[in-house]
Amino acid sequence: MPNIEVNGKSYETDEEGYLVNLADWNKDVADYIAKTENVAMSEQHWEVVDFLRGYYDEYQIAPAVRVLTKAIGKKLGPEKGNSQYLYELFPYGPAKQACKIAGLPKPTGCV
Amino acid sequence: MLHIVNKSPFSSQALDSCVQVAPGGDLLLIEDGVYAASSGTVADNFMRDILKRFRVFALGPDLEARGLADRLIDGITPVDYAGFVDLVARNKTCQSWL
Amino acid sequence: MSEEPGIKKFMFVNRKAPYGTVYALEALEVVLITAAFDQDVSLAFLDDGVFQLRKGQQTKGIETKNFSPTYRALEGYDIEKLYVEKEALAARGLTEDDLLVDVTVLDRKALGVLMDEQDVILSF
Repeated sequence: MPNIEVNGKSYETDEEGYLVNLADWNKDVADYIAKTENVAMSEQHWEVVDFLRGYYDEYQIAPAVRVLTKAIGKKLGPEKGNSQYLYELFPYGPAKQACKIAGLPKPTGCV
Repeated sequence: MLHIVNKSPFSSQALDSCVQVAPGGDLLLIEDGVYAASSGTVADNFMRDILKRFRVFALGPDLEARGLADRLIDGITPVDYAGFVDLVARNKTCQSWL
Repeated sequence: MSEEPGIKKFMFVNRKAPYGTVYALEALEVVLITAAFDQDVSLAFLDDGVFQLRKGQQTKGIETKNFSPTYRALEGYDIEKLYVEKEALAARGLTEDDLLVDVTVLDRKALGVLMDEQDVILSF
């Protein structure tokens, strides 16, 4: 298993860079993963990442992108609940890339 | 001796076979076997009959996982993993009704 | 629904209790994947399958993931047809109040008719 090193601590990841242990996640680890994805974390990015953490906590899965978009629209408003907004924040896919930064597993059904 | 049943009484003959063959002794319900320890089901009277001949135990973590911990039939003793080990150690032989 | 071109009626038939075997979790994962294909998906819970929806599951002690909260996410995936066998609930001392999601309770006969109307059945 590959590892990433943040603040002198080692964290286990899978081959694609997703954290293996959900409990390992913290803001510094998120920042580190974001950098490897060339994402500069802004308040808007954190909003999505925090939303994903909350969604996982409630349902024990990472949502599919369609479900995420709809759920964000419901909670944060239609100007944020659309794929254009989310893809601007996370160019390689909001579900895939944001989940990675949020320390969640890859969304089920994400191919 | 100790008998262990890990199948739901609603979808398997394992518990039936066990109590028809065995004259009595310790009976431990684990995994889906713990559904037989839940009160108010069609297996309720069956289990109460079993309790006349067997000392019946159910594995606590399996009860909790299935949301059954609050509906245990009177007379059935919940045990943890250490209790499981004790039962195996205390009995000379052990049959798993897989 | 199945009159719409390209849309088929899929029914997932769940008959196994959770955790004792891997069927319930596998079914749930396939359901979530299938949701991406915009089909007419329903889930039926028969026999021990009704135990999957029981409230109050706490899996810490068996060191297994508690996937019961995920049934509550199905609505967000536009999967809203959950059918539960009436006789199976009664035999297990359960009522609708013991379940963690809103369901439609049907008797065996009605479930059989519904099953008959499907284009695709996936059995777990």
